[in-house]
Amino acid sequence: MNTKLAQSRFTSIFSTFNRYVLWSVLTIFTLGPIYWMFVVSSRSPVEVYDKPNLIIDSFYAENYTKVFQDRVVRNYMVNSLIVATTNAVLVTILALFATYALTRWKLKGSDSVFFWTITNRMAPPAAFILPNFLIFTQVVKFGDFMLFDTKIGLILVYCLFNLPFAIWLLKGMLEGIPLELDEAALVDRASRMQVLFKIIVPLAAPGLAITFILTWVFAWNEYLLAASLSSSSARTITTRLAEYVTTTGTNYGELAAVAIIATLPAIIFLTFIQKYIVTGLTFGAVKE
Amino acid sequence: MNKGHSNRLGWILLSPSLLVLGIAGLAPFFYVIYVGTHSWNVFSKERGKVFVGVQNYRDLVFDSAFLGTLSRTLIFSFVVVTIELVLGFILALSLIKDFKAKTFFRTVYVLPVVVAPIAVGATWRLMMAQGHGPIPFFLNKFFGWDFNTGASTTQAWIAILLMDIWHWTPFVTLTLLAGLLAIPKEPVEAASVDGANRFQMHRYLILPMLLPVILITVFIRIMDSLRSMEDVYMLTNGGPGSSTTFVGLHIFRTVFAKQDYGYGSSMSLLVLYFTIVICWLLFNALTGKESKRKV
Repeated sequence: MNTKLAQSRFTSIFSTFNRYVLWSVLTIFTLGPIYWMFVVSSRSPVEVYDKPNLIIDSFYAENYTKVFQDRVVRNYMVNSLIVATTNAVLVTILALFATYALTRWKLKGSDSVFFWTITNRMAPPAAFILPNFLIFTQVVKFGDFMLFDTKIGLILVYCLFNLPFAIWLLKGMLEGIPLELDEAALVDRASRMQVLFKIIVPLAAPGLAITFILTWVFAWNEYLLAASLSSSSARTITTRLAEYVTTTGTNYGELAAVAIIATLPAIIFLTFIQKYIVTGLTFGAVKE
Repeated sequence: MNKGHSNRLGWILLSPSLLVLGIAGLAPFFYVIYVGTHSWNVFSKERGKVFVGVQNYRDLVFDSAFLGTLSRTLIFSFVVVTIELVLGFILALSLIKDFKAKTFFRTVYVLPVVVAPIAVGATWRLMMAQGHGPIPFFLNKFFGWDFNTGASTTQAWIAILLMDIWHWTPFVTLTLLAGLLAIPKEPVEAASVDGANRFQMHRYLILPMLLPVILITVFIRIMDSLRSMEDVYMLTNGGPGSSTTFVGLHIFRTVFAKQDYGYGSSMSLLVLYFTIVICWLLFNALTGKESKRKV
């Protein structure tokens, strides 16, 4: 850090005092809505409609116990877990193979392939819901089986945005591993696959972990595709949130409880990869 | 080394990903082109697909509802990205120097980034709910203002802008900070020895050196804000009227509420086309700038 801007005289725009004021205000701004969500989840259906009271004086735990006892919500949570985990595992493995190929071979046309993958990630999901819905309900159909409302369908569709992301992120990481290591192993008669599993995987382990966590979070957080490609047996926890508002009149307390539960895993995961979040969310383009 | 053989292994390793992306991305793409040339409305007399050529697209360019949502989406994206970039830059400057509790502030600040968009929408809906949400209540109590996202277009826009800024400014701040921290201090020292003032330093030294990172950030944020819809859908439900209905929600409603598959397909394709064009333009701006820097 010796040659960095942080050590130069440039940094004196903000005084230490101003910094504390600014960041205290920002912390309140950031946590405020999350705190309020928690407050609402502690209120009974009657209290919710009172004048807003920012202090939690009593805790109405029924919002939470009801949610956990509700078989429907439990199923949604299990679905979310299965879909997100399977998708993240699948995507990480596929992306590892793909980026190994992209960084270690000079394949003709691989640059175009690489660019094409990113257009999939950037495309609006709204453009894909209709064709996927039709394909899932009308095209891929074997007797009674159709992809619509199956976890397999969701896992497959989530690859659309997660796989390009993982490929871009891992490519940056694998490029950071010097080719000399590969070559030394190849000279020692290791096969290409041995190089991948004995050299690349251990060295890229942190990158693989970040890829897994972020793709997991994206899959867990996804709403639009889940809402349009499932009806009951494959619905995920995010779709439950919208159901509270649209169908039964808004039950704010339970809505808040579900929102808190749906947010927790992502926040827990975030603490693990805190340091790499910038690298991760910029597809590996900005290193921190 | 046998080159042909090793190339084959490369393609074999790449093929599972291509296969999955082909199924998940390419198949729907071609299918949407096919359906887009048909009239296919479940509620219509024919019920099934009827080939109509480019009629859907002919209707689409005169469909003011669709064009309205499209321009709203672009305006929203432009406004939030501009605000977030300015705010993010200022905040990044305040984080350059280490100070006590910086790690704590940073950790808290980045939380919204991983919250599911639909949960973000729910959170802000609770904040702004009429009668029992704290924002309208306290604005009314202390300033006597009526804040109602369900009645006023301006206020609904303020609400969704505020939500998006809350959600994504942390990301912009941290990427710009990473970019700033990677700038070497020697040129900055040299410039200050040469008597450059603060404005000159930013304009002619820091900004040009930060440009690649800024472009990447803008690229990612524009593409993401064009995609986003569920948080806005949750907060305002596209209202009041259709003033916060973005193109994604519009397609969603055409497809699932009206079940107009043919017309919905042509919309999807047009949006996809716009996105690819914007993506390509930004991508070229990005890589063009970088290669110029290398030369």
